Amino acid sequence: MGKSTFPGGIHTYDGKDLTMDKPTTVLLPKGDLVFPMVQHLGAPAKPIVAKGDKVLVGQRIAEAGGFISAHVIASVSGTVKEIEKRLTVSGNMVESIVIENDNEYRTVDDFGKERDINKLTKEEIRSYVKEAGIVGLGGAGFPTHVKLTPKDDSKIDYVIVNGAECEPYLTSDYRMMLEEPEKIIGGLKIILRLFENAKGVIAIEDNKPEAIKKLRELTATENNIEVASVKTKYPQGGERQLVYAITGRKLNSKKLPADVGCVVDNVDTVIAIYNAVAKSTPLIRRIVTVSGDAVTNPQNFSVAIGIDYWEILEAAGGFTDRPEKMISGGPMMGIALYNCNVPVMKTSSALLGLKKDTAAVEESPCIRCGKCAEKCPLQLMPFQLAALANRNDDDGFVKSDGMECCGCGCCSYICPAKRSLSQSIMQTRNSIIGKRKKA
Amino acid sequence: MSDLFHVSAAPHNRSPITTKSIMQDVLLALIPAGIFGVYNFGINALTVIVVSIAACVLTEYLYCRFMKKSATIGDYSAVVTGLLLAYNLPSNFPIWMTIVGSVFAIVIVKMLFGGLGQNFMNPALAARVFLLISFPVRMTSFAVEKLTTPNTADYIKHGFVALDGVSGATPLAALKAGESVDLWKMLIGNTGGTIGETSAIAILIGAAYLLFRKVISLRIPLTYIISLAVFVLIFGGKGFDMTFVLGHILGGGLLLGAFFMATDYVTSPITRVGQIVFGISLGLLTGLFRLQGGSAEGVSYAIIFCNLLVPLIEKVTRQTSFGKERAVREK
Repeated sequence: MGKSTFPGGIHTYDGKDLTMDKPTTVLLPKGDLVFPMVQHLGAPAKPIVAKGDKVLVGQRIAEAGGFISAHVIASVSGTVKEIEKRLTVSGNMVESIVIENDNEYRTVDDFGKERDINKLTKEEIRSYVKEAGIVGLGGAGFPTHVKLTPKDDSKIDYVIVNGAECEPYLTSDYRMMLEEPEKIIGGLKIILRLFENAKGVIAIEDNKPEAIKKLRELTATENNIEVASVKTKYPQGGERQLVYAITGRKLNSKKLPADVGCVVDNVDTVIAIYNAVAKSTPLIRRIVTVSGDAVTNPQNFSVAIGIDYWEILEAAGGFTDRPEKMISGGPMMGIALYNCNVPVMKTSSALLGLKKDTAAVEESPCIRCGKCAEKCPLQLMPFQLAALANRNDDDGFVKSDGMECCGCGCCSYICPAKRSLSQSIMQTRNSIIGKRKKA
Repeated sequence: MSDLFHVSAAPHNRSPITTKSIMQDVLLALIPAGIFGVYNFGINALTVIVVSIAACVLTEYLYCRFMKKSATIGDYSAVVTGLLLAYNLPSNFPIWMTIVGSVFAIVIVKMLFGGLGQNFMNPALAARVFLLISFPVRMTSFAVEKLTTPNTADYIKHGFVALDGVSGATPLAALKAGESVDLWKMLIGNTGGTIGETSAIAILIGAAYLLFRKVISLRIPLTYIISLAVFVLIFGGKGFDMTFVLGHILGGGLLLGAFFMATDYVTSPITRVGQIVFGISLGLLTGLFRLQGGSAEGVSYAIIFCNLLVPLIEKVTRQTSFGKERAVREK
C-alpha cells in the first residue's frame, strides 16, 4: 500500500476558495465553434466532413489519425463553415473544423440512449469509449481507449480515479465530485468491468473533505471501491505521484501505469466514460474553471467543446482589472495565452486571469540552495540539469536522468534566484525527444 | 501590442522567497550575536562590524563598476559576508586590516570566481584564515585589561567584558592548556573571543530563527556538533568529562560556524546524504585540529577544507531519481 503521499512537492497559494463553493453553470455557445484536429496526444485527427456539410450534435466530424489518436465529435448542430488553420491554446496554428451553430441542437440517432452496463462486453465498452473521442481530461489528453487497453487485463489490480486536483485555482473536478458523484462511481464500475482483478480507488486530496465524505457515503456498500484521502501537495495529481501514493509502486518515464498494474483516469474523464457507455453521449462538453483575481465572477462552467474562451470569460462577467497574464489550465503547468480568442478543447481545464504575473522576474545566479532538488517529486537535480541544458550537453543531460522530468514546475516555483529551471529542462528534453524521432 | 497578455513557459507562479529575502533572514538571525558582541566588547566591536560590512559592499560595488558588470550588491550577500567576517575578528582588530580582509573575501574568494554562487570557499572564513596567516598576533589577541576604576566611557569603549578583564586565553585555549572553564559564562558569552562567537545563547536564538524560516536544516549543524562531541569524547583524553565536551561545543567558533557558515548554500553539498557526510567530516577535522593542531581553534580550517570536498561529496551522494531502480529493464 502507498503512504498517501510522495517525496518532494510544494505547497502554494491554491486560490480554490474563489470557486469551490459555487455550483457549475451550464453555458450555451453563441458564436462559431472551433474543433482543432490536435486535442490529444498522438497523431492528429483527420476531418471527415467538408465545407458546407450539415452536422448534428454527437456526429463524428474527424476520425483518429492513428492508433494513438482520438475522434473529434461535434458539440452543436449546424453547418461546417470552414476547415482551416486556427490559433489554439498551444500557440500553434492547427487545422480546425469551424462549425456555425444553428442553435437547434439536433442530435444523431440514439443520442442519449440508456444502456445497461452489466450486459456489455469488454469489446463493446472499449469501442464506445473510442467512438466517443474520449481523452484524458486532466490535461495531458492521452487517448482513453488506449489507456483502457493494456496488454493483459488480468494484470491490472488498481483502477485509480484521480480526484487529487492539485493544480492551484482548479475546482472543476471538485465540483463534479459534489454534483455528479453517481456518474463517477458509475464510470468507475464500467472501467472495473474491463479488469476482473482490479480494485477501484477514488483518490482525493485531503483539502476536499466534502468530496471525500460524499463519495464515501455513496460507496459505503461497494466492496470493490475505496475512497482514499491523499495528502494535499502539488503535484499529487501527477500520474507517477498518485500511483506511488496509492500503491507504493514507482513509475519512471519509460513506463505506463499499466506496467505496474494501474489504470489512472481523471474524474472528468471517468464521467465522460460513463456518459459515453451508459448514456450514449460522446465527449462534447467539459467543465472549465474560470478563476483568478482579475475575473469578476470566478466559477465553473459546463461548456460545449469548441466554444471560444472569450464567451466563457464574458459569462463570468469579464475582468475587474486588466490581467497581466491569462492562463489556459492551472498556474503550474498551464499555457499562457497572449490572446483569448482560442477554442476550448478536450484538455482545457481552466481559464485563469491573473492581475500580477509573478513569473515576470529577473533571473539571478544559482546560490546552490538545493531547494529544487529537495522539492523535485522525481528526486532529480534540477539546477544541474538546467546547467547541462543551457550548455547543450545532451549526453550529460540524459545521463543525469533529465528525460525523467515531468515538467511539474516545482523547481522553478521554489527557486529563490527565480531561475527558469523547468523551462530549460523541458526544452532540452523535448528537443532530445525530437532528435530521437528523426534519427 | 498593448492588448496582448504576458506569455512565458510554465509555471506561471513563483514562491515569494528570493535570494534577497534569504540573505535578509540570515542578517536578521545574526543580529542577536552582534548585539551581544557590542555589549560585550563595546564600541570597538561596532566599529569593526561597520567597517567590515561597508568595505565588503563597497568592494563588490566597485568591482562590478570596474568590470562593467551589473551591480550585484542588491542581493545582500556582500552584507552577510561583511557581517560574518566581522564576527570572526577580535574587537580590537585594526581598521585597515579589517579592510584588507574584506577586500580579500570579496575580490579574491568571491568575485574572481564568478560572484555569488560560484565561490568554492566561504568568503568570510577564507578571509579570516588569510588574516590569521598574515597577522597571527593581532588575530589572536583577545586580551582586555581589567579596568580598576571603570566609568561609563570605558564601558562604551571596551564593553562589559572589561568589568572582569579577560586574559589572553579564550575558553578554548584554556581547555587546551588543561585549565577549567566556566560553562555558564560560555553559554551567556562573557568571555574573550571574536566579536560574534562568544555567546552561545545569542547564536542559538539566531539559528532557531533560521530553522523556523527553513533557511537552513539541522542536517549539517547537528551532524557537525555531534561528530565533534564524539571525537572529543573519544580522543580528548579526559574520559567521560562532560565539562570538557561541552566546553568544546560552546567554545571557539563552533556554534557560529556550524549554524551560519557550514550551512552556507554555495559551499556546502546540496544532497541530503552529502550534507550529513559534510557535517561528519567537519566534526572529525575540527576535533583533529583542535586536539592535535598548534592552535586551539579548528573550525575555520575545517570548514574551508571541507568546502573543497563538496564537489566530490556531491558526486558520490547523488540522489536516486524516482522509480530509477526499476528502469534497468529497457526494451
